[in-house]
Amino acid sequence: MAAAGGIEVKLIGAWPSPFVLRARIALNLKGVEYEFLQEKFEEKSELLLRSNPVYKKIPVLLHHGKPICESMIIVEYVDEAWPAAGRAILPADPYERALHRFWASYVDDKLNPSGAALSKAQTEEAKVEAAGQVIAGLKLLEEAFGRLSKGEGFFGGDDIGYVDIALGCFLGWLKVTEKTSGVKFIDEEKMPLLARWAERFCAHEAVKAVMPEPERLAEFARKRAASAKTPPAN
Amino acid sequence: MAEEVKVFRSWGSPFSYRVELALRLKGVAYEYIEEDLSNKSTLLLEYNPVHKKVPVLLHHGKPIAESLVILEYIEETWQENPILPKDPRERAVARFWSRFLDDKCSLALWMSCWTEGETQQNFMEQAKECLHLLEEELKGKKFFGGDSIGMVDIAASFIAHWLGVLEEVAGISLLDEEKYPNLCKWTEEFLKSDAVMECLPKRANLLAFFQARKHAISATKASV
Repeated sequence: MAAAGGIEVKLIGAWPSPFVLRARIALNLKGVEYEFLQEKFEEKSELLLRSNPVYKKIPVLLHHGKPICESMIIVEYVDEAWPAAGRAILPADPYERALHRFWASYVDDKLNPSGAALSKAQTEEAKVEAAGQVIAGLKLLEEAFGRLSKGEGFFGGDDIGYVDIALGCFLGWLKVTEKTSGVKFIDEEKMPLLARWAERFCAHEAVKAVMPEPERLAEFARKRAASAKTPPAN
Repeated sequence: MAEEVKVFRSWGSPFSYRVELALRLKGVAYEYIEEDLSNKSTLLLEYNPVHKKVPVLLHHGKPIAESLVILEYIEETWQENPILPKDPRERAVARFWSRFLDDKCSLALWMSCWTEGETQQNFMEQAKECLHLLEEELKGKKFFGGDSIGMVDIAASFIAHWLGVLEEVAGISLLDEEKYPNLCKWTEEFLKSDAVMECLPKRANLLAFFQARKHAISATKASV
């Protein structure tokens, strides 16, 4: 009854999460059918808590009922579990693979935390400082793009690869932050490669159906902020 | 052949140790370049401009940084004594625990040893939770990697050697034999390996180093 994938593959996630988006893009690139289990925002499901007891976070991929956790580990798993399907997400050459892993780690270990610092910044000074960090990080990725893409359209070369997924998942939220902060992060003049890449990425078949519109994300953020201000009724 | 593989390392760093251990487990000859972390070499800064840290692996003149990235590269380049399983799901699990050690565990263990009062108590609670999870993961296994040392064991070498030293310097106990018998047994087994012992920094040197650091911090506080 199930096609290759189908009910054998489930993804526990939530539509606004960029980390969940990574997993969805990877599965789409491989043409794997899966059931999307949308988590409720107020309360984590029993299934999630059971499947990811260490972090209790989304995304969690369930393949034949067995969980895989952590978004980039899921991406790599999808690449390895369906090797013949679609296109390889990581390149074949070990050194190139190391470069992709390095830059994906950079996104998670440095760039994402500086983005988080920006959203938490209270004073104008702190915001400027944090925005500066994000831009500095993106500049490094602009340079890395030149090296990894080898003149093609994506970090992965002629198609989306590991680093594209690691970074591209944040583009929706980046647009939201650009609007609210008034700061242009991926400036076409200063980061021409990333600017064009961002458009290509968002328009890609594997991405456009699952990447939420910035307006929808902004609305979600507004609702979240509003409910956070309202104290819970006891 | 040995000149093809170089490791920029620091004698006391558990991160550069991971790289050396992986190379030794696979029988790969290499040359190491000792870095003074307070005075980093131009070469290191050239090879790792983004993080400016050790370890860096240089293979055929091409640099790779970040210890877990280097471990994956070593695994893919030299096939003897695999440090990752073949099955994709088991590989994902190994990667999960390796990242866990870096993202959650190391920080909690380290900060438990360098903070005081309530802050320390909080970090110690986190550290104990981490150790408990690792204890559970070891159940029924000699190593995290099964019968032989694997990537997770290599990533956890901090716990087998550095942790004891830091506990002594801080005057605290985290790796309690009663609470974590599996982890303590694992430490014993891990330290029986020739490859492990060959490049492990001497305990006495680590102790002296961290004690000196502790005195320096106390001196700074006293003079304020």
